[in-house]
Amino acid sequence: MTVEFCGITLAHPVVNGSGTFDALAARRVFGEQLRERFPFAAYVSKTITLEPRAGNPPPRLWESPAGLINSIGLPNKGLERYIAEDLPELAELLDGAGNRAGAEPVPLITNVMGASAEELSTMLDACDARPEIAAIELNVSCPNVKTGLDIGADPVQLEDVVRTVRPRTCKPLIVKLTPNTADVGACALAAERGGADALSLINTLRASALAPRAPRSHPAGAGNSGAGDAAAPWLGGGTGGLSGPAIRAVALAQVAAVTARVAIPVIGMGGVQSPGHARDLLDVGATLVAVGTESFRDPAAAARIAEGLHAMATRAG
Amino acid sequence: MSEAPFGRRLLEVTGNDELGAYRVLRALDPDVGGRGSTPEPGQFAMIAAAEHWGGGEEQRPYLPRAFSIARLAGEECHFLLEDVGPGTRRLCELRAGDGLWVLGPLGRGFLAPADRRRALLVGGGVGIAPLAILQDTLEHDTTVLLGFRDRSRAEGAALLRGAHVATDDGSVGHHGLVTELLAAELERDRHAVVYACGPAAMLEGVRAICEERATPAQLALEAGMACGFGACFGCVVPRRGGGYLRVCVDGPVIDAAELERIDEHAGGAGGTQ
Repeated sequence: MTVEFCGITLAHPVVNGSGTFDALAARRVFGEQLRERFPFAAYVSKTITLEPRAGNPPPRLWESPAGLINSIGLPNKGLERYIAEDLPELAELLDGAGNRAGAEPVPLITNVMGASAEELSTMLDACDARPEIAAIELNVSCPNVKTGLDIGADPVQLEDVVRTVRPRTCKPLIVKLTPNTADVGACALAAERGGADALSLINTLRASALAPRAPRSHPAGAGNSGAGDAAAPWLGGGTGGLSGPAIRAVALAQVAAVTARVAIPVIGMGGVQSPGHARDLLDVGATLVAVGTESFRDPAAAARIAEGLHAMATRAG
Repeated sequence: MSEAPFGRRLLEVTGNDELGAYRVLRALDPDVGGRGSTPEPGQFAMIAAAEHWGGGEEQRPYLPRAFSIARLAGEECHFLLEDVGPGTRRLCELRAGDGLWVLGPLGRGFLAPADRRRALLVGGGVGIAPLAILQDTLEHDTTVLLGFRDRSRAEGAALLRGAHVATDDGSVGHHGLVTELLAAELERDRHAVVYACGPAAMLEGVRAICEERATPAQLALEAGMACGFGACFGCVVPRRGGGYLRVCVDGPVIDAAELERIDEHAGGAGGTQ
């Protein structure tokens, strides 16, 4: 069940959501089995920024009803070290991944974020020069340095940024839309008008959690067994992004709203846990489906979902 | 470091025995001893009940929970549980014959003492778990110091041989902190090497005491995690000199010299109990 996506042939329609699978760390944990059973038809890197980022102070996670709130803060080694250190290692891993004899390497999609069109242009120039990168995904869930507003939340600003950076690369350009906006369809149309080749959605929904208010039986930090409470925001970054099954219905509605407005292909994601959930997103017009938080629960989840989709297609056909 | 099989595996629970305030969950792992997945002391697994994981009023648990491997008995893998939230509560309910999802073994374990230094094992609460499998594998005699909140938790000390116990309420052993026992022990033997696991406040006490005396210490950090294999970047602790370490792939056992002050919230994942 190969799929054509922006001129790239993929073995199946299941990829990963950016920031939900560190292939290089997973390689060290699972060894060669990761290459043999590589679950994704294309691999999307975590977000890379121009300068290195340490990420947000902990705590960074909160388990919410049927979901997860994260406030990771995009830790990454910066563009220069990503290109020098990670690209060769990723290319080596993705070459022959999936154990398909004679198959093309699993394509690498590099996700980048910048606080201005200038910063993004610098990053796109660097990515464009690298043959290991098959496509580029723009993370536009980033406050504009000048306005403080998320670039991706405002259609006018989004179209302007995409149009400015578009000429910097001839590789397919995917714009990852934020769901934290009044009209996601309008943002999708703006990205398409600006020159995007494809769209991906949904990113996480802005969310927050308060620290537990459990009664404390010991003074702070004094006991042998510890305890914690404070009626304050739990996450070190203040607010975070919600993912997991809790957002699946929102994702379905937003993906449907976007595919109704644009002609370019869409990568749909949000709470996919089963082949049926993936099928739903394809049925409302997505070309590919991304698995994100479910990979945290089982790193091989995407392989199971891809196999299930294949079985559904075979039965239907 | 043992490589983990790729993907979670469904194991069968063989028992779940009360140990004071804790439970020892046992599961049969046919991969132990084969396919290179035999856990090393200090490694952990992400575990979840195969049935009824989630649902209920809170729609939790959702994520699997990170647990140190407490002991290996043939092909049986043991985990030490304390009921402190919806995930651990559900795991405490499991009975022989139930299914258990397991991803692991994961992370970096303890390194054996480089020379003939005496191993000082220091544990707090449910954090004593990885010290049991460590004691099982160390060739030389160990000194074991364990701290608990109260008498029912102190029953957990039976997991290790020859433990000296401290309790917060004085009901068993030394009335006070296990770090006080550690300080006294290091006065007697300055050449020991310390292996510790427990809550952040205890580990910070151990770290500070060992730093002051230039005693080498390997700390197994407790952290709530979403994935356990380096994907989510959620379980970080500050690295000495800047940046963060991922407890799941850079640890959970981390040389104390690599760590800054261990904060109560470092590595914390709210609600992943």
